[in-house]
Amino acid sequence: MPRRRRREFTFRLLGMIATGIGIVFLGVFFSSLVAQGASAFKQTYLQLDIELNEDVLAPGGQLDLAYADFDSLVRTALRKELPEVSSRQDRRALYRIVSVGAAYQVRDLLEENPGLLGTTQTLWVPASSTIDMLIKGNIDANLEEALRPVSDRQIAWVESLRAAGRLETRFNKALFTNGDSREPELAGIKGAVMGSLYMLMVTLVLSFPIGVAAAIYLEEFAPRNRWSDLIEVNINNLAAVPSIVFGLLGLAVFINWAALPRSAPLVGGLVLTLLTLPVIIIASRASIKAVPPSIREAALGLGASQTQVVFHHVLPLAMPGMLTGAIIGMSRALGESAPLLMIGMIAFIVDVPGSLTDPATALPVQIFLWADSPERAFAERTSAAIIVLLGFLLVMNLAAVILRKRMERKW
Amino acid sequence: MTEVTPDKQVPPPAPNRRDAPAVENTVLREMPKRKTVLSGETVGNIHSENPFMVAENVNVHYGDNHAIQNVSLEIGKKEVIALIGPSGCGKSTFLRCLNRMNDTIDTARVTGKITLDGKDIYRKEQDPVALRARVGMVFQKPNPFPKSIYDNVAYGPRIHGLAADRAELDNIVYTSLERAGLINEVKDRLDEPGTSLSGGQQQRLCIARTIAVNPEVILMDEPCSALDPIATARIEDLMDELCEDYAIVIVTHSMQQAARVSRRVAYFHLGLLVEVDKTDKIFTNPQHKLTEDYITGRIG
Amino acid sequence: MQNTTLVLRLGLMAIAAFYFGRERSLSLVGGHGHGMALHSLPGYYGYFVAIWVVLPALGLLLLWVLVEPRVIVALVVSGLPESYQALPAGELNLLVNNIRNLAAGDVVSVDVDAVLRDAAAQFDNYAAKSRQLLAVLALGIAGLGGTIAWRRIHPDLRARNRVEHVVRWFLIAASSIAILTTVGIVLSVLFEALRFFQKVPVMEFLFGLNWSPQTAIRADQVGSSGSFGAVPLFAGTMLITAIAMVVAVPVGLMTAIYLAEYSSARVRGIAKPLLEILAGIPTVVYGFFAALTVAPWVRRAGEAAGFEVASESALAAGLVMGIMIIPLVSSLSDDAINAVPRAMRDGALGLGSTRSETMTKVILPAALPGIVGGILLAVSRAIGETMIVVMAAGLAANLTANPFEAVTTVTVQIVTLLVGDQEFDSAKTLAAFALGLMLFVVTLFLNVIGLGVVRKYREQYD
Repeated sequence: MPRRRRREFTFRLLGMIATGIGIVFLGVFFSSLVAQGASAFKQTYLQLDIELNEDVLAPGGQLDLAYADFDSLVRTALRKELPEVSSRQDRRALYRIVSVGAAYQVRDLLEENPGLLGTTQTLWVPASSTIDMLIKGNIDANLEEALRPVSDRQIAWVESLRAAGRLETRFNKALFTNGDSREPELAGIKGAVMGSLYMLMVTLVLSFPIGVAAAIYLEEFAPRNRWSDLIEVNINNLAAVPSIVFGLLGLAVFINWAALPRSAPLVGGLVLTLLTLPVIIIASRASIKAVPPSIREAALGLGASQTQVVFHHVLPLAMPGMLTGAIIGMSRALGESAPLLMIGMIAFIVDVPGSLTDPATALPVQIFLWADSPERAFAERTSAAIIVLLGFLLVMNLAAVILRKRMERKW
Repeated sequence: MTEVTPDKQVPPPAPNRRDAPAVENTVLREMPKRKTVLSGETVGNIHSENPFMVAENVNVHYGDNHAIQNVSLEIGKKEVIALIGPSGCGKSTFLRCLNRMNDTIDTARVTGKITLDGKDIYRKEQDPVALRARVGMVFQKPNPFPKSIYDNVAYGPRIHGLAADRAELDNIVYTSLERAGLINEVKDRLDEPGTSLSGGQQQRLCIARTIAVNPEVILMDEPCSALDPIATARIEDLMDELCEDYAIVIVTHSMQQAARVSRRVAYFHLGLLVEVDKTDKIFTNPQHKLTEDYITGRIG
Repeated sequence: MQNTTLVLRLGLMAIAAFYFGRERSLSLVGGHGHGMALHSLPGYYGYFVAIWVVLPALGLLLLWVLVEPRVIVALVVSGLPESYQALPAGELNLLVNNIRNLAAGDVVSVDVDAVLRDAAAQFDNYAAKSRQLLAVLALGIAGLGGTIAWRRIHPDLRARNRVEHVVRWFLIAASSIAILTTVGIVLSVLFEALRFFQKVPVMEFLFGLNWSPQTAIRADQVGSSGSFGAVPLFAGTMLITAIAMVVAVPVGLMTAIYLAEYSSARVRGIAKPLLEILAGIPTVVYGFFAALTVAPWVRRAGEAAGFEVASESALAAGLVMGIMIIPLVSSLSDDAINAVPRAMRDGALGLGSTRSETMTKVILPAALPGIVGGILLAVSRAIGETMIVVMAAGLAANLTANPFEAVTTVTVQIVTLLVGDQEFDSAKTLAAFALGLMLFVVTLFLNVIGLGVVRKYREQYD
């Protein structure tokens, strides 16, 4: 008996440990994600007094925004801030503490207000990513100088700027308003988010009506024969086909055969439609099945046709369940990346897409691309992008849960 | 004698469900065969004085299951006829032939001839939808739509285009509820969901919904089996009033109910129509041994 | 954008057609209030006419979109000088692409000469004409269809039945898309794979031990042929899948047992949604975690224990994949365990067995088919998983069973072979489709058996 009891205890313990593994992983995963990614929502900025010098910007009296030398304005401002830096080598090191984005910022300012030419503007401009990393403590200043990407002098300058109140960490707006960039401090997820949004739009518009229609046919109309059996088996299998195979289909059919543009959200949306269709069909069928047959009988008994029964009674009652299925399908589509790699949505794209056929990438693919970058600053932004992605998924799933709760009514 | 479960526990075949058929005649195998008694011929009088709906040699198969065999019966105008018999005897199946509700079951096959006012309702040009507007149906369990009381009654007139405008529709809804004896209870809450009513009220709502399309025949499939005695009594009173305008075919499990409401009674047994006659005759002097066994409580 | 306006116009016409149809049906029987004389509700006559306006025109539009580009290209090519037409197919293709880009106003990769410019002008010309023709034809057909339908309206016309007929065909078409998808997958993958097998023998692909798909750019380079023996990929896939299963099956199964038999309702209420969250995390996120957190950790741990560990070890990818699959295994096992009739469990408990004995001796044997089916589905999922291995497993095709070494998998190779611009008929690109075919066939096999077993098992206790 004690042996049996001991075995019972061990068995139970094993169960607890197993359950614990998944939950502990989740905990470790989320805490490491937040630990790594939280800092990416902040960014170090420098305050500079930039003189919008007419002689520099418009040497011939003509301002050409495309060719004007905004960089030198930023550099001049920086030199004015730290006048003691004199040697050419030091100056070059000094210029590296500010992001190349500073010049773009000045250009955009002038583009909006050409009247500012000749004035001096005090601006907060992004620091370069190495300085940002230094400020955030991701670069160890106590390390030997040769082993870290910032020099002792740069650290000294940064300290003096900080002491003068000229250096601050602020909310990283660029992360949400910019497209991708080679410079971490300028890289943002807006392009990827828009790409994902366009794709989901296409997916929703196609897969929801088609999925619901297919479910209606299979549940309410299809005679039970080989053909409907085949469709049924087929749908269940499609739901388990690896997503990358859908990517191969997209590449062969949509891009090579139908000659649709590569990297376009349209094609991505089409592929994701095929991918989510089985999910939506299965969920919709379940929710049609849940509508009590007595409702159908009542309507039929009154002389409603089969189609009227479906569209007047079954569909409205099954709608919450179908919407839940659609949301779950959409959240699966939003997290999907493998098939998108196949159809070329993996390119480095700076511009935010403006239409369904513009080259674009998607949020998970952006994560994949950034995860590949060696810079420490990109690792941080990858985590931030993941947090944003998980945030979207969380909202969608919450919506699904709320809908499901409301659906649970008794007839 | 094999014990037979009360009919109400056997779910009626659901339309268009794959698993639905073959529930009716489960008793077939359990009942001892009494060939000498169960000959397939109907005794009594299948004819009505004023026939309106006539079934001739109706057979129904659910797949391999021969649910109804050679049933012939006349249903008169403005007459209440009750179909009685033990569970699985085919009375509900027969009822569902009269408005072609069996069409919705994939495996069901109906042969024979049923005419309504002289026209075959299974002829090719007959639209089953139009038929069901003329032959309404009230089900075993009250099944109001999860919509407002008003919309429940208005649904039929809407899909059949019976009202030209809102006022006319209001009128139909009001009169239907009135005729179903429900108007006083619901007139202040027509926009509340039909499912908020009590069971008996729900069933009267279903009757109101049925008469709103102005049918000629009303089929009732054990309309009171889910109701308490008081609600049952109200429905029975209602049937007395309704038979002034409609032919009513009621399937019932309660012989008292059959005796109270019907003018004629048809007794079904194992898919056969055993005996049909005037109600008092069936209950006082049944011709067939099986009928007698049933009404004296020896079967079912 | 031209097509969008066309579709919008058709939509407007359909709305108009609906009203005309409805009004005509009513006027035939003497206006509002006489609707009962019609076979169907007036609205159905409206839909009837609208369908006749929209459907034929949309059919034409679809046909046009499919055929138009080919016709225009053929016309443009036939207008080129003969010396150009005599070019080999590949170069001609390139030329047509350039013409198309030039016509669209994009940057062109070659010098623009007069011939090219003329051709581009022709291209624009044909495209414009085609658009005009399409607009005229589509709107014409829409008008014609609408008129015919409108004239056919009669009180006895079974408009509802006709409209419902069209609706039913739409529903059938929608449900056939699932079949079409499968057919599309099979055809596209099979077709390209067959082209691959013309270049590389099937036997070499299936049984060759050496995988190095790098074909040289210049013909005289060393190793220009590349070799396509896929065994190392299959082995690598199997290794990582095995590691994942070693993690996922015991953990998933024990989780299911614990949650079904031991845990309080409160614990279950917390643990189940948490595990569902695990199932909802995108795989790219798992991949990131595997590559940046787990792989270095595995490496440090391995080296501390005296093993030589590759930085992209099979172990790291397999471990994370195993975690990813835990929810799948546990939910399918949970279903299987719950499907075992209560009476069986109560009987065993009543005989004095402990809970663990009931579980291992009675319930698990009874639930075994369901669990095995679930595991097959999990294996199929692991084999087809892409992002985790792309990010955390290696590219080198090592034939090894050592989990500390880097291996590559079928899915990793498909991604590497197809990402980036490729010539579509090189053996390298086609190899990806051959691998895709293998992947599809194997996972299909596992899914069919797994789903079949799970369903049979469920029916057994229903």
